[in-house]
Amino acid sequence: MNSLRSITLASLAKDIRLEWRSKDALNSMLFFSLLVVVIFSFSFDPTAEESRQIAGGLVWVAFLFSAIVALNQTWARELRNQVLDAYRVSPAPANALFLSKALGNFILVTLLEAVMAPLFMVFYNLRIVGAAWELIPVGVLGTWALVASGTFFAAMSIRTRMREVMLPLILFPLSIPAIQSMVEATRIILGGEGNPRFWIVLLLTYDVVFTTACLALFETVLQAE
Amino acid sequence: MTDTIITVDNLIKQFGRFAALRGISAEFGAGRFHVILGDNGAGKTTLLRAMAGLASPTRGAVSILGRTPHEACRQIGYMAHPSLLYDEMSGMENLRYFARLYDIADVAHCEAAILSVKLDPTLARPVGQYSQGMRQRMSLARAILHDPKMLLLDEPFSNVDVHSAQEMVGLLKGMRDAGKTIFVVTHQPSWMEGVADEFIWMQSGRIVDRTASLSPRVPGPVQA
Repeated sequence: MNSLRSITLASLAKDIRLEWRSKDALNSMLFFSLLVVVIFSFSFDPTAEESRQIAGGLVWVAFLFSAIVALNQTWARELRNQVLDAYRVSPAPANALFLSKALGNFILVTLLEAVMAPLFMVFYNLRIVGAAWELIPVGVLGTWALVASGTFFAAMSIRTRMREVMLPLILFPLSIPAIQSMVEATRIILGGEGNPRFWIVLLLTYDVVFTTACLALFETVLQAE
Repeated sequence: MTDTIITVDNLIKQFGRFAALRGISAEFGAGRFHVILGDNGAGKTTLLRAMAGLASPTRGAVSILGRTPHEACRQIGYMAHPSLLYDEMSGMENLRYFARLYDIADVAHCEAAILSVKLDPTLARPVGQYSQGMRQRMSLARAILHDPKMLLLDEPFSNVDVHSAQEMVGLLKGMRDAGKTIFVVTHQPSWMEGVADEFIWMQSGRIVDRTASLSPRVPGPVQA
């Protein structure tokens, strides 16, 4: 257990260091997300009520598409110079690598959300009618849902020839329950109509099921040729 | 007679319909310097990767001290043709990370590994800015970091100047003399004449000869 924790933290620190030096994923995500906000705001001119209805969908779709950039970048680093082979020949647990990558992506996407959420509020003239604090569990669970399954499927697709296309093809259909939960919960909280608890519980269930499955299967994915 | 460190039993490795290894059976002695030779496509790299546990056999088995390569991974140091290092980090940062994978927290251990390949542990430059020779030596430092009993080196002298290559051969000789078992896949066998204990000749996925020196055998044409 100590080994799992220390190697997870060492891998996470290494990934943060690499990202800090290159800023590849963060810059791409920010610009992509910003473009989505600006283009949608010019394309539609919703009233405040309409904004509350569609903002949940818009914001999560923007974050989902932006997360794909980070997810692909995470594993691309491990393929350069075949560094992943150095991990594969070591006694380090496979799950430490999965957890470090998922946590690294979680941090990146959370940073993106922290920067972009206020911009969404401004561009779409949003005012939260429901309990604003409820957006925190939705944000945390929703982000983990995206990055946990995304990190796993990105690892699966790294050895395919069209990995940048493969990842969304695999990830998006499987993320539909999570995306629907995030969108519905966000819409309810923004509009202040109803209780988002059902969707939050569904999101939590999705997270538990997918995280468990990813941890159970990652060793097989890592050792696949 | 030395003890056997690796036993390869009827090893077959197929990629789709292509058989890269075609039923190799062999035993390799501990504490010896083995050089694996052969033309491109002879199966040298695949054999090395199977020994490292990176290529799972289609049939047959590799046994290292009676264990599978995965079970014996602490005894294996693997160096591939690419550096297996992060270009954006310095040599020391790379080694400190890889040391953690082997539960080594001592920084002095990493410094010793870098010094042993005659590089400077205080060099702050990222590995991506190293010369090819320096990168290969840093890659060797990563492979020996956890003091393995066996080193598997895939083309360690490719794109390296003669001087750097000779230095690396000297380092490897020292490691063999210290008791490590070394396997080197190379296309420059002459640099290891007089240093290596055995030359293993591969052709079309098979070991076709094992000689104590280079001269008795001239490699023949590849058979289909």
